[in-house]
Amino acid sequence: MSEMNVKIETKVIQKPDYRKKAKQILLENIVPILFIIICLIGVKLAKQPPLYILNELVARVARNSFIVLALIIPVLAGMGLNFAIVLGAMAGQIAIIAVTHWKITGLAGLLTTVLLCTPFAIIFGYLTGKLLNKTKGQEMITSMILGFFANGLYQLLFLFLVGTIIPMKNPVLVLSAGVGIKNTIDLTAVKYSLDNIFKLSMTKTMIAFGVLCVAVMIVHLAYRVFIKKSKPQNMIKYLVYTGIFAAIGTVGLMIMNTKSVYNMVLLPIVTLVVIGLLCLFNVFIVKTKLGQEFRTVGQDMHIAKVSGIHVDKVRVIAIIISTVLAAWGQIIFLQNIGTLNTYGSHEQVGMFAAAALLIGGASVTKATIGHALMGTILLHTLFIVSPQAGKNLLGSAEIGEYFRSFVAYGVIGVSLGLHAWKHQVQSKKKTS
Amino acid sequence: MREKIRLVVQNIGLPRIIIISFLLTLIFGAVVYKIPLDALTTDTLVRFGMNGVLVLAMVPCIQSGTGLNFGLPLGIICGILAGLISIEMNLVGFQAIFTAMLISIPLSAISGYFYGVLLNKVKGSEMMVGNYVGFSVVSLMCIGWLVLPFKNGEIIWPISGKGLRTTIALTSRYDKILNEFMSFKIGGVVVPTGLILFFFMACFLMWLFMRSKTGIALKAVGDNPRFATASGIHVDRARLIGTVLSTVIGGIGIIVYAQSFGFFQLYQAPLYMAFPPVAAILIGGASTRNAKISHVIMGTLLFQALLTIALPVANKLVSEGNLSEVARIIVSNGIILYALTQAGGGE
Repeated sequence: MSEMNVKIETKVIQKPDYRKKAKQILLENIVPILFIIICLIGVKLAKQPPLYILNELVARVARNSFIVLALIIPVLAGMGLNFAIVLGAMAGQIAIIAVTHWKITGLAGLLTTVLLCTPFAIIFGYLTGKLLNKTKGQEMITSMILGFFANGLYQLLFLFLVGTIIPMKNPVLVLSAGVGIKNTIDLTAVKYSLDNIFKLSMTKTMIAFGVLCVAVMIVHLAYRVFIKKSKPQNMIKYLVYTGIFAAIGTVGLMIMNTKSVYNMVLLPIVTLVVIGLLCLFNVFIVKTKLGQEFRTVGQDMHIAKVSGIHVDKVRVIAIIISTVLAAWGQIIFLQNIGTLNTYGSHEQVGMFAAAALLIGGASVTKATIGHALMGTILLHTLFIVSPQAGKNLLGSAEIGEYFRSFVAYGVIGVSLGLHAWKHQVQSKKKTS
Repeated sequence: MREKIRLVVQNIGLPRIIIISFLLTLIFGAVVYKIPLDALTTDTLVRFGMNGVLVLAMVPCIQSGTGLNFGLPLGIICGILAGLISIEMNLVGFQAIFTAMLISIPLSAISGYFYGVLLNKVKGSEMMVGNYVGFSVVSLMCIGWLVLPFKNGEIIWPISGKGLRTTIALTSRYDKILNEFMSFKIGGVVVPTGLILFFFMACFLMWLFMRSKTGIALKAVGDNPRFATASGIHVDRARLIGTVLSTVIGGIGIIVYAQSFGFFQLYQAPLYMAFPPVAAILIGGASTRNAKISHVIMGTLLFQALLTIALPVANKLVSEGNLSEVARIIVSNGIILYALTQAGGGE
């Protein structure tokens, strides 16, 4: 009798355990799930050809992911969303204007831009870090206001100092009066210099990607078993991953053989590889001593200080890395767009990057590469479909456009609010 | 002597000294370039009055400890909505403007209440959350302006008959009605008596409120929430009152602003409207924890004088581009950054 009771009890306990886990997973990923649903509704309403959406999406994800990934390290270091990546974007634009002025074209021009913007970005990042160390606890609002402030200085530089204090004679770039840079600059010199190095159709990429990954998995397994002589512990995980990669390859092969329109989707391989390298860099840096310090500082500044970490220095380094990455990200963005809006291209960078990261499911204290990539895809799907969806639904494309800016602002607001609320509840629990 | 100078500097504050000397340089520049000073004074007075109420809206928020109210666009939207309703009701003159204010009060109070409840849930990051609440409300209302069922021809687009105009002229309604009330001329300077009287009256009411029991409770909460709790004050309630009050004043402020400006600006226009008032009160000497009526008056006067005089001087200096706009961006955001570094920086 008693045995039976125990059995029933265990059953009762086990069942909600699974349910609880599922619920937890659902709750943790509620934001991306919600946005996947919104995106699907948008795609359905917009009635655009899928090929168009896919093409646009590939271009947008390729040019925007880098700058979103630049936000991850400050989050790790507990500094929240670094809206001051606007300064990094400015560094990138300063370099790109200089390179356009010197007429260095193609890949050489791009590499010069990257080289030139880095010292600027390091200086800007250092100053930002110093400022944020003075406003601990209010980093996000400070970095945002700093973005506006720097924008003022940037306008002062390019509207009034170029041509007066900084000598520059270039009728293509400078306004007719001889002072100030023009509002829009054609970047034909570096346009597509990274994207067009090597392009491959999506299907071929899928096959190559699948084969490569399966090969890597097999080699890794072989290395474990035959050279390290250790038994592989989670064979299932290996099998699942290999299966997924193999499936990607097979799907690619299948589509390629069916004369489908999707064969026409071309991927900018080099850009994607650069983004992949940044992802690897982010994974790598977490495992170094510096990355460990980022995380310690992010967890608790006081404990970090007590354990002998230079908290202020670590925070400055985090911001410098983020700013430099943002500068490079802006260059990748601009070489794809092909025209520089001198006084506007950088303004919204911080906000849209932050929105993308948050839509992917990140929070102010936790952000991963997966969040960044997922968020970029979702936000930009929304961007592509919302004007048309708004037009079809309510007869006005403007509504869709306003809706997407509402989503961008709203998601940041809600996520900041939720985070602050959680923080408050936790600190209340601690004291009581 | 040096000690004395240091004391004076400490009392006035370094940023204010910089800004006052900048202003004096500008006035000197205006004299040199022979820009008529009386017209500049008139403009300064008008802008002082029209922005003053919005700056005043910062006081209850700062006093009750929620920091700078970056969510001011919330109140501004309510004010605009009330203003449009008064036009829709086909009212003219004083009747229209006071109806607009009356309508705006419940609207702002309700939205301010929810905003206040939210701010109580996010103690410590009110400014950031408030900022994004403001931004999202403005962009949500962009959709709202497109679909709201207004019928009056002055408000909606004339051809399509759908959606509201981006700017709504008040020429036939209450354009400059407060400005011209009892206004008089001294030399070349026109004093907008009604406008300034209204502003001072609002300041006086706020001053009285701050000396009432509720006002003192508000201040106690802002100074030290723990001490306030210990003395039996409801912290959350006091913060709520501060936020509601701030939103309500914001709503009235935009109506005062619009009647002097001559237009209601819809859509994206209110997006950054919280920043100039924030900068103004900080220039006046307020911090993120402390604000007085004198800060409001002083700050608005300094900031608006700076903007008014900078424009013609900058245009004489560099004819191309908009140097004064750039100066505005740098000064206003610079002062906010300075205030943030002063607010319990470090740990």
